[in-house]
Amino acid sequence: MTRELWKGNEAIAEAAVRAGLQAYFGYPITPQTEALEYLSWRLPELGRAFLQAESELGAINMVYGAACAGARTMTTTSSPGTSLMMEGLSYIAGTEVPMVLVDVVRGGPGLGNIAPAQGDYNQIVHGGGHGDYHPIVLAPASIQETIDTIYGVFDIADKYRTIGIIMVDGSIGQMMEPVTLPPMKEVRKNWPAWAASATEGKRERNVLTSIYLDPKQEEITNLRLMKTWQQIEKNEVRYKEYFMDDAKFAVVGFGSAGRVALSAVRAARAEGIPVGLFRPISLSPFPKEQIFELSQKLQGLFVVEMNSGMMLDDVMLASQGRIPVEFYGRMGGVMPFPDEILREIRLLHANGWKSEGHPRERWLAKLETIIKEEQ
Amino acid sequence: MTIHLEDMQVIYQHPESLLNVNTHYCPGCTHGVAHRLVAEVIDEMNLRNDCIGVASVGCSVFAYNYFDFDFIQSPHGRAPAMATGVKRVHPDKVVLTYQGDGDMISIGTAEITHAAARGENITVIFINNANYGMTGGQMAPTTLPGQKTTSSPKGRDVEQAGYPIRASEMLATLDGAGYIARRSLHDPKNIRLAKKAIRTAFETQVRGLGFSMVELLSICPTNWHLNPAASTRWLEENMLPYYPLGDYKVHPALKDLKF
Repeated sequence: MTRELWKGNEAIAEAAVRAGLQAYFGYPITPQTEALEYLSWRLPELGRAFLQAESELGAINMVYGAACAGARTMTTTSSPGTSLMMEGLSYIAGTEVPMVLVDVVRGGPGLGNIAPAQGDYNQIVHGGGHGDYHPIVLAPASIQETIDTIYGVFDIADKYRTIGIIMVDGSIGQMMEPVTLPPMKEVRKNWPAWAASATEGKRERNVLTSIYLDPKQEEITNLRLMKTWQQIEKNEVRYKEYFMDDAKFAVVGFGSAGRVALSAVRAARAEGIPVGLFRPISLSPFPKEQIFELSQKLQGLFVVEMNSGMMLDDVMLASQGRIPVEFYGRMGGVMPFPDEILREIRLLHANGWKSEGHPRERWLAKLETIIKEEQ
Repeated sequence: MTIHLEDMQVIYQHPESLLNVNTHYCPGCTHGVAHRLVAEVIDEMNLRNDCIGVASVGCSVFAYNYFDFDFIQSPHGRAPAMATGVKRVHPDKVVLTYQGDGDMISIGTAEITHAAARGENITVIFINNANYGMTGGQMAPTTLPGQKTTSSPKGRDVEQAGYPIRASEMLATLDGAGYIARRSLHDPKNIRLAKKAIRTAFETQVRGLGFSMVELLSICPTNWHLNPAASTRWLEENMLPYYPLGDYKVHPALKDLKF
């Protein structure tokens, strides 16, 4: 197994190719564009479908069509593009066809900027599109982990006929790291039995739709979606723990924020502070049982994100108020430095935990001063 | 006189590509005629087993309940994008969309335009009845100047609401279009001409000559508040002058086609 230096976005693209990606549709948007560029030559070279769409609306609906047609299909985009794709995601969820979306998150709201951020957490983890549905959302923290996650997510999406979203931030898309790429899987040769691939006179016709005018039928569909979701919650929770065996408290962070937090936790350990790191990889399904267990044995949880505490809400729900929760985040495309997180860890270790008020309020009061000092 | 069964010839029957069921369309609506023409052409070309249809949002949202081949149903206006996804995965199959005017040339303007520009090898059946039928007769991009609808109660005021879009003329400017024609369903002669155009559109796709679309001027008695006969006269008197019938784009390879 050779180690090669790969750029994140290109590694995302190649991992999907090796996972058997048959049809890709996308639209240029920084900081994910290199994935589109890479696939624009890579897929035709292999005789597979690539098309640059007229918009993210076009792209997601081409993916929707390709998914209905039975192909292993994907799009990649970044936050404003993800917003546009919400319509399609809801339809895809309602039609129960599998597909993969990679969201290389950037600063927002609005046009925002092209710097790394995690502000899409709520729109992809907690919906965004209309109706009751849950996509699988996985948030790797390195290029290698991103490759491995994408390589496996197509199978998971197929298994449950659901949406698999890889949420990374602009730093993972843009940076280069040494990685090992997985072997090339064979491309699907037979179309799934449910696909609209034309009958060829060999079977009954297939109809794929997301409309159920009779509310009772729609409720049955919703029930089926929720039953599938229960299975996903049971089987697909993923997380990683660091220094947790003897930890008295833990940092909770996902993706790049989790990775930056790991540097801070390592430094804190070197100072003798008994802190660990809990890094959720599956944001949806969220590792709520694991966090509940942590709340039974730790002094507190310290959530670090690159947004205003979107996962914080889920951590607080999961820990059910049993232990204090503290929060530190940077927003709008600003990445926290390990030193910032280390400073907060030291304060928690030295001064103990507060339980009155809301962690977001305490953080906001602090952040204003920090931003002023940095200017 | 004795009639011998073996001497009889079937000259008219239910198309195989159309399920023998009641539709949800209003009495007098020409969707039924359009469906039948499409089904007859698919039968005659023996394409049913290779067809994948894409239904849109509007009155024809349930087209998949009537056509007897694989079908998917798209978000409002996005049928050409979905059809693109299907066709790129199955380039050897026949892919059609069936869209109304609100769907195709209002909310779906970008999707139809770029599908045509790319020369996407799909066939679009475009129903133009000058209003939003499904939602109860609101002003559409095809509503005529002065035409009364539930959202233009005093008649479409072009100063305020702008002008109708002639989709066939517009899309025919694009190099990717192989065949673009406008026909009307208001009388038997025009219905026969419409069928020929639909046949040409599918021949365009089968021959890989690019994007094909047939615009069908249609009546909407319910929302026009006219009986079917009066509706056909209204179409003839008001829509034909604004939406001239004809071929707007014909790929040179189609010109000598005989069927």
